[in-house]
Amino acid sequence: MSQTSPRIVILGAGHAGGTAAALLRQYGHTGSITLIGEEPIAPYQRPPLSKAWLKGESDADSLALKPAEFYAESSIDFRPGVSGVSLDRAAKTLTLSSGEELAYDTLILSTGARPIRLPTPGADLAGVLVLRTAADAEAVKAELGPRKRVAIIGGGYIGLEVAASALLLGGSVVVIEREKRLLARSGSEIIAEFFRSYHAARGVRVMLGASVVGFDGEAGRVRRVRLADGETIDCDVALVGVGIRPNDEIAAQAGLTCARGVVVDLEARTSDHSIFAIGDAAHRPLPLYDRMFGPESVPNALEQAKQAASAITGRSPPAPEVPWNWSDQFDLKLQIAGLPFDVDRTLVRGDQSRAKFAVFHLKGQQIQQVEAVNAAPEFMAGKQFILNRRPVDLIKLADSTVSMKEVAA
Amino acid sequence: MAKIIYIEHNGSEHVVDVKSGLSVMQGAVQNNVPGINADCGGACSCATCHVYVDESWRDRTGSLSDMETAMLDFAENVEPNSRLSCQIKVSDDLDGLIVRLPATQS
Repeated sequence: MSQTSPRIVILGAGHAGGTAAALLRQYGHTGSITLIGEEPIAPYQRPPLSKAWLKGESDADSLALKPAEFYAESSIDFRPGVSGVSLDRAAKTLTLSSGEELAYDTLILSTGARPIRLPTPGADLAGVLVLRTAADAEAVKAELGPRKRVAIIGGGYIGLEVAASALLLGGSVVVIEREKRLLARSGSEIIAEFFRSYHAARGVRVMLGASVVGFDGEAGRVRRVRLADGETIDCDVALVGVGIRPNDEIAAQAGLTCARGVVVDLEARTSDHSIFAIGDAAHRPLPLYDRMFGPESVPNALEQAKQAASAITGRSPPAPEVPWNWSDQFDLKLQIAGLPFDVDRTLVRGDQSRAKFAVFHLKGQQIQQVEAVNAAPEFMAGKQFILNRRPVDLIKLADSTVSMKEVAA
Repeated sequence: MAKIIYIEHNGSEHVVDVKSGLSVMQGAVQNNVPGINADCGGACSCATCHVYVDESWRDRTGSLSDMETAMLDFAENVEPNSRLSCQIKVSDDLDGLIVRLPATQS
């Protein structure tokens, strides 16, 4: 039959894999689709797990990408609780943890990433948690509440979002960050300092330049965190949020080119023509920035799901998108568009003291990234400037009495 | 429960029963209605769930928050009846609601 009937196997049922399966049907693929998920539940949204969901503001139903019956109704063979063990590219087969061998014509690797675990003594104690999956989030949620002492290792977005939620639920919170500032991998110094002081003002103790050397426990359960300078932090629960590592082992073992993740092209195709890789597992080109990267975000997973589904069904490729992300902490909505590559100047617009401002990172007159705090117009307009690679009038941009509509006009 | 009618830019109609309490965006996403992408999952952060609310329903779909207004200010093809569907909560009162989808989300 036509090119729309190959057997497609999708390994990994997170946001990327689940979206790819749905889009393949939407784009008219009529052949079989098998969606393999390691977790026991159907694809769901991870971002709320450290935000609204953790505070009890949304339920499990609202997390699901699609209702349970969607997969059967769409003839998608969804297999929960199974992982991939090995890949035979010559035979075009994938061996699963169940022992089954699946034949594919096209394979999509959407194996995601896993939280980095600390190699320190005591990291395996009960109560030392990570937050990636719905099951992780259930465990974290069960530990939060009034008077709970929460130690958070890592001052990135996950750590700060959980810190805000834990505090709002009545706990006391210490954030322990190894670097000299928060958000060292993922935010500018201005944003990092703003969030530090915002958290501190609400009662979060933020420790910078503090290295964790171990966890002490009693009866197998964590009781305190030990730092390199000898200080100890008493806690009822410790959350480790120090970054993620792409699950690219199955691809690497099969000889696919990997860097930090499986290397793909603009169609999300790997070095094997029959295999695609999308989402957190992939290392992809970013045409707007002329380099390879792994943006670790939902919008990235969605864009690559579109790329792969388009390439497989012979549809024209989706327009390149501006990488973006968001974070909710307390009453702050941070929206970030673009990436801070090749930046030679930084400009702040708005009023930090009123928690309504944006930090623009520029290369000459071109906006490379905007970090907007409670500043949706700056985010939206900045995103458009980045996409169109339009030069911006820096004097107007710096003047918050000039509206963003006028800046963008 | 309310019956919501989503009309794609190409004219295709999707009539879907949506539970009260969900958003108009969630009703579309859960039923695989094309054209409502909802990249941010309903956090009012992406403007990819933009819809045009049928004139006869505008009064009943509530008013816009500052955040929604600001996001729509910079969305494409905005009309006076533009809304972000993640910000419209479904109730029995919205039974029969008609929303149309913009060309940019096809």
